[in-house]
Amino acid sequence: MRPLAEAAAQRPWTESPPWRVTAARRESHEVVTLELEPPGPFGFRPGQFNMLRAPGIGEVPISISGDPSSPGPVLHTIRDVGAVSHALCAARPGDQIGVRGPYGTSWPVERAEGSDVVVIAGGIGLPPLRPAIYHVLTHRGSFGRLVLLYGARTPSDLLFTGELAAWRSMADVGVTVDAAGPGWTGNVGVVPDLVARARFDPRNSVAFTVGPEIMMRFTVRALLAAGVPEDRVFLSMERNMQCAAALCGHCQLGPFLICRDGPVLCYRPLARWLGVREL
Amino acid sequence: MPQTLEPVLRRHEFFAGMDPAYLELITGCARNVVFRDGTFLFREGDPAETFYLVREGAVALEITAPGRVATVQTLGAGEMVGFSWLMGPHRWHFDGRAVGRVRALEMDGACLRARCDADPRLGFDLMQRFALLASRRLQAARLQILDVYGHAPAG
Amino acid sequence: MNSGDGGIPAVLGRDGLDRLLEAIKRRGFRLVGPRLGGDGAICYGDISSAADLPAGWTDEQDAATYRLRRRDDQALFGYNVGPQSWKKYLFPAVARLGSAEAPAQRFAFIGVRACELHAIAIQDRVFVGGRHADPGYAANREGAFIVAVNCGQAARTCFCVSMSAGPRAERGFDLALTELLDGGHRFLVETGTPRGAEVLAEAGAAPAAAGDVAAADAVVARTAAAMGRSMPELDLKDLLYDNLEHPRWDDVAGRCLACGNCTMVCPTCFCFSVEEVTDLAGPGGQRRRSWDSCFTLDHSWLHGGPVRTSNRSRYRQWLTHKLATWHDQFGTSGCVGCGRCITWCPVGIDITEEVAAIAADT
Repeated sequence: MRPLAEAAAQRPWTESPPWRVTAARRESHEVVTLELEPPGPFGFRPGQFNMLRAPGIGEVPISISGDPSSPGPVLHTIRDVGAVSHALCAARPGDQIGVRGPYGTSWPVERAEGSDVVVIAGGIGLPPLRPAIYHVLTHRGSFGRLVLLYGARTPSDLLFTGELAAWRSMADVGVTVDAAGPGWTGNVGVVPDLVARARFDPRNSVAFTVGPEIMMRFTVRALLAAGVPEDRVFLSMERNMQCAAALCGHCQLGPFLICRDGPVLCYRPLARWLGVREL
Repeated sequence: MPQTLEPVLRRHEFFAGMDPAYLELITGCARNVVFRDGTFLFREGDPAETFYLVREGAVALEITAPGRVATVQTLGAGEMVGFSWLMGPHRWHFDGRAVGRVRALEMDGACLRARCDADPRLGFDLMQRFALLASRRLQAARLQILDVYGHAPAG
Repeated sequence: MNSGDGGIPAVLGRDGLDRLLEAIKRRGFRLVGPRLGGDGAICYGDISSAADLPAGWTDEQDAATYRLRRRDDQALFGYNVGPQSWKKYLFPAVARLGSAEAPAQRFAFIGVRACELHAIAIQDRVFVGGRHADPGYAANREGAFIVAVNCGQAARTCFCVSMSAGPRAERGFDLALTELLDGGHRFLVETGTPRGAEVLAEAGAAPAAAGDVAAADAVVARTAAAMGRSMPELDLKDLLYDNLEHPRWDDVAGRCLACGNCTMVCPTCFCFSVEEVTDLAGPGGQRRRSWDSCFTLDHSWLHGGPVRTSNRSRYRQWLTHKLATWHDQFGTSGCVGCGRCITWCPVGIDITEEVAAIAADT
């Protein structure tokens, strides 16, 4: 898939060719998955994102949330939080969305071969991790245990619940919510606490985590306390992003340009910058 | 005759009822500190080798994320700040910031651990005090999560 | 004497300079260079001959101060840099993107200082040196003709020497002039490229005498010795990386207005924002990019609010980017020691002083 990903990325960053919406699926009260059909061959690596443009409104980075090895429409899972994402969440099959990409670094799935893979997602952090989960499931024999820990604020905020159920037969899945009513019989508690109870070999694991920054910091703490080395922990970071091409200067996080050096970053070089106030 | 901090420790709530012999043992691990309003006593991720008994003012436990600084708790006169000196990896989990001028006793964690190793009964006494505090804070945190004032139906 | 292509330096008189500019114009270039501005500063604008240059003018600069003064000679380049830089043309403040982009222009920049050559090279690295080139910048930059000038004086805010960015123009030019005033108004000319040599030949330059070469060397040496300020000679990346919570940031935050002047006058600042421009005539829209500044609250907008809310954090972002994180991002410093940020800061914040204060108290 890599040559295609690189070729697509060589088009000038100023162009967003229209892709057709082939399906729009509501995942929760504020999250929609759009299936978009690329006009030509398109490939991406797990963790990469596209810039989606609602003409006249604006452009935002959206993680690609589908299976990197499956042909056909490309999945993008979007949370409705602003004018652009609102317009994208309202798109209907047949609509055109401007798309350019893929951009950014990806989950180091090749380096993880032969190891246990621990995926820890908080809230809207699951969509950018799903392609990595698919990759591991597609190449199941190349990896050790697959552990998926996922949490959201309440049960109605959980995404991909059908798939979560299906994954339980192929991976160790732990799901939790911060708060719930009486109808919920699952776990209630914070995601980082699931790490200590999960079974994986910390000396031979790679961990991928995405979620709100505070959740990621506590999750990393739990992983390190369990014995996972700092250079085997990877996070996906977010900052204001406009060009996605390392030109406009907005997505800086200290020395890192999130669009070029991220969004997937190894914890070790990132550690000294995480938690610096107002960085 | 230099005055020791023993009377100050004795009067602090955290050590209420402690055997005077033990108090004397741990006085050597204490020193007076003062923090100006707004300054940090400790930062998230810093090595945690101390804990604080607040005498005056308050310490705000803060945590930050992009666009957000949240105060999760404030600990005032008579209260104790800092569990991380007790167990590895000995790193502060939050930022601690002085609200108003803070006068406190700074307790040296390594010094205390050594005293506890030498006399496990002292260790047990300290552990009970910390365990009680931790339990109370956990209950309080759970209450905070419930968001009782702004409660919307969950799940 | 350093000569870009190893050729022998030449000499042009005052008339020769006009012939040189004519030769460049004949090749279809749009000449832009320094001009006296109506608002009391020397700015860049279209020129048609050497008569449009600010002959006999100089500038007096210091923190938060810029004044034009008359010289007692007719030097054409007897001043330092003003509030504008060549990014005005290479990276215009507002530009349409995509199909609505304006056609590229063939610029000839007349009077580019050494610090500015470095700044252009730094912006080249950002805009065309990465994986994704910016087509607008590339088009304007491609083929730009550059006539550099070695500075004959240093302003009190100049510190190019300590940033290894001047005062001698070393590379990146077609021609480089050193203005000589003693013993007849003339220019020593070094060639940097074959097309520079061609244009020079058309202007009828004579080979330079040894005395001219020595005189030019002396001018540059005198300028180098007259720097108004200097950046402390330290590893700035390590210094700033290790001092993100230094109390000096609070101190400068008490003075900084977050006005963004520094980012506008800085020749390397490149942040831009992308906006949709809608049209009443129909659906869809065009995109436009315009200069942005990390001093705005919008710059770090994420999840409904800025990440860098305080003045302190925004000043820290600007300075640590310029002097430290730029190294990790683009392999060089972002600063060329031109001093514009010091001159044009309304409260006179001096980055060399801020760095020295942090270094003194670590």
